[in-house]
Order: sequence, then C-alpha cells, then structure tokens
Amino acid sequence: MLIEQLINGITLGSIYAIVALGFTLVFGVLGIINMAHGEIFMFGAFIGVVVTSTFKGPLWLAFMAAILVTAAMGYLLERFALRPLRNKQGVSHLAPLISTIGVSILLENLSHHIFGPGNHPFRASFAEISFQIGSITVYLVQIVIFIISVLLMYALSFWLGKTKAGKALRATAENLETASLLGVDVKRTITMTVIIASAMGGIAGILVGMAFNSVTPQMGLSIGLKGLAIIILGGMGNVKGAMAGGLILGLAETFVVVYGNSGYKDAIAFAAIIVILLIRPQGLFGQKISA
Amino acid sequence: MRKQLKKFAQFTALSSLLVLSACGGNQAAGDEDGESSGGAVKADIGVISYISGPGAAYGEAITNGLKLAQEEINGKGEVEINLVIEDSAGKQDQALTAAQKLMNSENVTGIIGPTLSTEMNVVGPEADLNGVPIMGTSTTAEGIPQIGDYVFRNSLPEALAIPASIDKAIEKYDAKKVAILYGNDDVFTKSGFDTMKKAAEEKGLEILTIETFQKGQSDYNAQLTKIKGLKPDLILASALYNEGAVIMDQARKMGIDVPFVGGNGFNSPEVINIAGDAANGLIVATPWYGEKEDDKVKEFVGKYEEEYGKKPDQFAAQAYDALYIMAEALKNAGEADRDALRDALAEIQGFNGILGEFSFDEEGDVVMDPTVLVIEGGAFKEFN
Repeated sequence: MLIEQLINGITLGSIYAIVALGFTLVFGVLGIINMAHGEIFMFGAFIGVVVTSTFKGPLWLAFMAAILVTAAMGYLLERFALRPLRNKQGVSHLAPLISTIGVSILLENLSHHIFGPGNHPFRASFAEISFQIGSITVYLVQIVIFIISVLLMYALSFWLGKTKAGKALRATAENLETASLLGVDVKRTITMTVIIASAMGGIAGILVGMAFNSVTPQMGLSIGLKGLAIIILGGMGNVKGAMAGGLILGLAETFVVVYGNSGYKDAIAFAAIIVILLIRPQGLFGQKISA
Repeated sequence: MRKQLKKFAQFTALSSLLVLSACGGNQAAGDEDGESSGGAVKADIGVISYISGPGAAYGEAITNGLKLAQEEINGKGEVEINLVIEDSAGKQDQALTAAQKLMNSENVTGIIGPTLSTEMNVVGPEADLNGVPIMGTSTTAEGIPQIGDYVFRNSLPEALAIPASIDKAIEKYDAKKVAILYGNDDVFTKSGFDTMKKAAEEKGLEILTIETFQKGQSDYNAQLTKIKGLKPDLILASALYNEGAVIMDQARKMGIDVPFVGGNGFNSPEVINIAGDAANGLIVATPWYGEKEDDKVKEFVGKYEEEYGKKPDQFAAQAYDALYIMAEALKNAGEADRDALRDALAEIQGFNGILGEFSFDEEGDVVMDPTVLVIEGGAFKEFN
C-alpha cells in the first residue's frame, strides 16, 4: 500500500515538475510569470483527446499534434501578447503578467466552445497496460511519465548549459540589451524559449490525460497555480529546482492523504512550501539563473 | 477629504436617482401588463441558469428541457409563456444580479432556477422578499424551500434520494463497512455527504474512512489507494458526475470492484460516456428514469433526442416538468400575477409529469417516490 502511494506521489510530482519546467524556462529568460501556461497545458491534453478519441489516431500522432499545436500557441503568445509590450516606454512591468492572464481566460473560454464543457475521457490502449509486482499494480504510464520528466529535465539542463543556443539564452536572461549588442538574436531566442516551454506544457497535458483519464477546460488553472508555487519553492528560473519542487509537492499531497485528512491536502502541502521558503527564501536551488 | 466627500455625495445622488427611476418604471408599467387579455394567460418566466463555466453542461440540459416544454405548452394555447433566460455562470453574485434584473422587470411573473443550491441560498431570500415565486429545478440541498413562502423546488432532495439507494444497496450486498468520498468545496456535494453519513449511521454501517476531493481535481489515486487498503463493502460517493465518473474510472483501474452509491449529481448518462465499463456498479436514486414504460416519458425522450441529438438527463427532465408545473399554476391562477401564481403553485397536488406523480408539501418541497437505478453493462437499469 505504501509503495503504491509512493508511486502515486511520484507520478503526480513528475507531472507537476514538467509543468513547472515550462514556467521556469519563461521566467528564467524573460522574468515573466506566464499565467497562460496552464491553459496551454490544457490545450495539449485536449489535442490528445481529439486525436485518440475522435479521430482514433495512434498515440505518437497525438503527441506530435499536441507538441505542434502548443508550440504554435507559444509562438502566437510571444508574438501578440508579450512582444508588443517589450521595451516600450511607459509599459508597467506588470503588463506582461496581465496580458498572459488575459490569454489564459481567452483560452479557457475558447476550449469551452470548441470542446464543450465537462470531462472528456482519454481512450488510449497504452494507458491500460499494467503489471503486477506482488500485490502492487503499476501502470506503464506512471513509469513513462517519470522517465519523460527526468529526460526533459536533463535535456533542458544540457541544452541550457552546453549548447550555443543555450548560452545565447542565458546571455539574454542576464541582460537583454548586452546580449543583443554581443550578437545574440534576442528576438529569436525569446521566441524559441516560449515555444519550447509551451510544447513542454503540451506534453504534460497529454501525460495527465493518459494517467488520470480526465480532461476538462478548467484543468489548466489549478495546475498552473501549483506550477507557480513549485518554481518559487525550487528557486525561480532553476531547472533542477522545478523538478525537485514538483516531486516534493506531489509526494506531500499524496502523503497528507495517507496519514492525515484529505481535506487538508492542499493546505498542508502549501504550508510545507511556506516553511521551506522561510528557511531558504531563495528557494531550494535558488540563484537567479542557472543551468 | 473635501473632494472625496463631494464625490461621495455625487455618487449617492446619482445612485438614488437610479433607484428612483427603476421604481418609477416598475409602477408605470405594472398597470399595462399583468392582466391577461382573452383566452390564453400570457406570462414571462425568468430563467437563471448555469450557462457558462465549469458546470455549463447542467445549464445546457436545463434550458433545453425548458425550451422543449415551452414549445409544447405554447402550442396548446391555454398558456403562453415567454422565457427570459439569464446566465449565472454558477456564481452567487452573478445569480443575484440576474435575479434582480428579472425581478425588476414587471413582466416576469415567476422565476425558474438558479441551477446550484449555493446560488439559491442567495437568490431565494431576495425573491421571497420581493414576492416573486421562484422554483429550483436542480437545487437538492437541505433547506431550500424552507427559505420562504415564495420558494419552491421540483428537484428530488438528497434527503429523500440517498437513504433510498443506500437501503437497497445494503439489502442486496449485505454491506456492513463503507468508505465515504465527497467533494468538500461545494454545498451540493457537502450536503449530500451529510445525508450519506447520517443515513449510514442510522443503518448501523461502519464508516471506515471519510475522504475528500475538490472540484476539477483530476488525480484521485491517493484517496482511492487508501480506500482500497481498508476493503469496504460499499463506497458512498457524493460527487457531481464529472468528478464522479473519473473517480470510478480510476477506482476500477486500481482494482476496486465494490459498488458505488452516488447522490443526485452523480446521476447522469454522462457517467457512462466518460467512464465506460468502469461505470458499472453505480447505484443512484432518481426522480427521472428515461427507459420507463410510460408514453409521456417516451415522447419526451424521442423529442429531446431529435431536437438536441442526445438523451435527456434528469436536469433536462426536471426543468421540463418544472415549466409544466408553472404553466399549470398559471392556468389555475388565470392571470399573470405573482401572488396568484404563488398560491396556485402551493396548491399543486398529484401533478402527473414525466417524473411521475408530483406534489408540493406545505413548505413547497417535493413529495414523490424515487426510483433506484444501477448501471449494468453500460446502461441504467432498475435496481431490485
């Protein structure tokens, strides 16, 4: 029973982590909290539902479609909601935050009209594969989710730390103008970042759909807020911090249910975050920018 | 400071003007209408429904049911009803604004809605104060008709439905130990839980654990794994169908195969659409059974499917009957007058609609016998 709960916690935590990775990437580079990230995540899940349930397509196609659509949404978000506000005289530094909130409301209502209200089941035979170890049932999806989240974290760390594009990105994060003077194509780097972050949101969306068989237009909001809490816990803009923070929150939520009262699930999980932040105000892995 | 005072004075002057003009409008127009001309009683019925937001599926079913009934009633020519539909988005403040707008319109004789009990708790007292008869079609929480003389409902309260289904489940499965699962952030599911707990205690069932979840949650594995370890004979789940269906899906995947007993909000064909085979074994008591061998029911289901392309759920059925009850009362009242409508509503006894035989008790609450259903092989069947 305990091991099953451990697996539940790690699965939930891995999903939180992938969502938080997208948040942290955008924050690390642009210093913007992208409130539309949760809704892009939700759209990824819906694309998965449409491809697998409506068109009976294979799962890999669902992943491709979700990545493409969410990447395109990331581009549009950058192009129309963020770029026009950048480097303008007299624009409040809160303006991008508000504009992403606007996008998130727009997307939620849009999905309401396109996909309809209520829960949409995610029918993929892959999600049904399970095996028994003793008395414990483990679903393949749960393992896949964990592996994907770890892979994404390492890929992102590697990309940021070791590749030229990653260096350009970090330079941009350090100082926009200086980076641009030194020959970094700032516009492209920023667009790239938002697109990658959004595509990661899309991947997380499909994984949630598979694991929990539940996709609704409202799912973006709560997971978006949790992603936000996680990057604060892990250290703003830190990749490993997002991963660790996600796992901590997922496990904390699960074990509050196991040993305590499920009514206090969120309260205790977030109280734990506050305690950690009191001890380490910069977050677990806190530095401003890091690989 | 002085500037602020001035502003405040301007504001109060302006707002009192607005209030005055609103009152004036009311009185002036009140005389023109109200009285019916000739044969048919003409009346506007206001509708407050949950049309946008997470629970929009309820509002859609309700308005569909109302529109279908409206068409038929107007076709008969005894009563002519015009529906004035407002969206509450499931929010108390918006429901109240919508209600005030409707109540200030002197043409509106009665109101149907709002959708949620939480909304009715703020709208009901206001309607009662203004003397506008209001009837909930989906408000099943404790204490709704007790708000006041002008507040009615035709939705089967949980306090009648849940004990009926628990009784039958105990009888059939010889259940002794139960686990309870409920949504703790919604008045509706919370009230369902209170009823379940009370019923379980009265029947002498052992409650192994009480677990909670929140609206829109997608992962229930932690709670379900815990329940699985305690091995209950029965799971009592006070959930709306959206969450409920996902809970059943995850429970069955995990290997929990005991029956679920649900409240009113769990009772929808959507559960089968969302959860598929995992929905088998859900027991609910319902005022509405679409497969009933009854001509009225068959006709309604046929028409509804033709019009909207899906099977009506209980929300559509209750709304449909509610408008018929309103029409019946209007006909008996003989005029589109709010007080006459209230009195006529209170006198409705033995009304024969698609939900079965229906009466109001002296408080405006429901008197009827629920049917207990179980999902078997992907369909609702009568549970014996």
